[in-house]
Amino acid sequence: MWDKYQSTKKSATRNGFGEGFLEAGRNNPQVVGLCADLIGSLKMDAFEKEFPERFFQTGVAEANMMGMAAGMATMGKIPYTGTFANFSTGRVYDQIRQSIAYSGKNVKICASHAGVTLGEDGATHQILEDIGMMKMLPGMCVINPADASQTKKAAIAISNYKGPVYLRFGRPDWPVFLENEEFEIGKALVLKEGKDLSIFATGHMLWQALEAVRILEQEGIDCELINIHTIKPLDEQAILKSVRKTNRVVSCEEHQRAGGLGDSIAQVLVRYHPCRQEYVAVNDTFGESGKPLELLEKYGLGVSDVIKSVKKILE
Amino acid sequence: MIPIPELKRIATQIRRDIIRQTSRCASGHPGGSLGCAEFFTALYFRILRKKLPFSMEGKGEDVFFLSNGHISPVFYSALARSGYFPVEELNTFRKINSRLQGHPTTHEGLPGVRMSSGSLGQGVSVALGAALAKRLDKDPGLVFALTGDGELQEGQIWEALMAAAHYKIDNLIVTVDWNGQQIDGPNDKVISLGNLPGKWESFGWEVLLMNGNDMEDVISTFELAISKTGEKKPVVILMKTIMGCGVDFMEGNYKWHGVAPNAEQTEIALAQLEETLGDF
Repeated sequence: MWDKYQSTKKSATRNGFGEGFLEAGRNNPQVVGLCADLIGSLKMDAFEKEFPERFFQTGVAEANMMGMAAGMATMGKIPYTGTFANFSTGRVYDQIRQSIAYSGKNVKICASHAGVTLGEDGATHQILEDIGMMKMLPGMCVINPADASQTKKAAIAISNYKGPVYLRFGRPDWPVFLENEEFEIGKALVLKEGKDLSIFATGHMLWQALEAVRILEQEGIDCELINIHTIKPLDEQAILKSVRKTNRVVSCEEHQRAGGLGDSIAQVLVRYHPCRQEYVAVNDTFGESGKPLELLEKYGLGVSDVIKSVKKILE
Repeated sequence: MIPIPELKRIATQIRRDIIRQTSRCASGHPGGSLGCAEFFTALYFRILRKKLPFSMEGKGEDVFFLSNGHISPVFYSALARSGYFPVEELNTFRKINSRLQGHPTTHEGLPGVRMSSGSLGQGVSVALGAALAKRLDKDPGLVFALTGDGELQEGQIWEALMAAAHYKIDNLIVTVDWNGQQIDGPNDKVISLGNLPGKWESFGWEVLLMNGNDMEDVISTFELAISKTGEKKPVVILMKTIMGCGVDFMEGNYKWHGVAPNAEQTEIALAQLEETLGDF
């Protein structure tokens, strides 16, 4: 019986971040926090309360926050910046590029409310391009955990990783099902072995894929399900090991098709093991206001969309 | 302590280095670099409490961040002449496989550089972060930064100014190279800076004025600025300089912001600048 991934409760991935950030702060006195007027939303309040002198409210000034974090890292601190994913990337791309990535600074860019599951605030805030932007920066590590427990482990792990990191998580309550799994940066997590095709999923889409795999199993389709929480550096060996067996790929992400996890996988396939791939991703469009699950359905990220892609590739 | 007449001789050699670096690669930014020769000489030969060999974290020492990275020739010359790396390496400025990139970077591991700069407006934020880190560590070192005046048109600068006053940061001394010129012409023609001292004051900074091409005034103003640290307020020095200072045909002319002298112009320029320490 492979399926030990029952959801014990629901909790937003940002809750896991808040817990992990606090624990990282307890483990290492060099960890400091900065937040651009979203302390509650990012769940950074517990850290702020316990380590007020190591926490910096920067106001609605994200560019300055990124620069401050770079300066603190230069002096040996391990800064965690907190704001929404949109304001953690596109708004401050040049600051990240020059002062953090090119300068090789040990800054942890922690980004909540990524993707359409941000919900009612709408497309201005629902960034779907951030993985692409961040993975293109040389030396940037990009992580998109799948549930609150994995986000907590990731938030702790990045404090021990030397170099810039983009940690992407989200707003909505979401099933927690990976409490008993270990997390290692850059190491894919195999949830289910299978022979018919390989599903690679990141972030919230891992649960969607898991639900799909359960339904497909009832229909006699044997999926391999692998969680790629670290999009960069990508666990190429895990991907190749799986596709050499299955020869078919479905990639699942709450992100634009262009530039995300699917494209990273496609680059591996085209070089080492060309085979068919279907993308479960947003297709070159902006999101809109709505409830998280409604939006996932409307923008092609529902459980049924994963099932459709699997069947299409098996045709 | 190096006396002022000797500092002036060093500044003259740094000016020669600027001309020779930019001339050899036929690119770079001589105008602003020449205007800041006194500033860098005073900083690296008198003011900074620095330690060699270079360490990135700068524990227990003063640190400096250059925000207007395009004036790299003067920065590189001051670093080399004050012992961070061999003076001969100035030969490699802007050439392939060099640590002396067109704009300064930590990426190639050049000693003395703690932050990449070039895209403008970022250095004050970085310096503020470093100052906060030093305060957290109870490190007595001061943080210095230099920005251009055209650079003040970047919005991020004003975010940093507001934050620095909010945090009551008082181990930070920012200097503005106020030469009044930028690529497309005088500041007043491009986008006027208006009442610059008033702007900084209204953002909660202690404002000092300095003649950046008068070594005596540079030293005494730096000393005054240092005396103003520790008073719950960030300090800015608005430094009046002449773009291209020291080379008559470049002085005050924005056209020398980012153009290197040709062979003939180089010869004329060098004839105006005595070789005091030996060329690289």
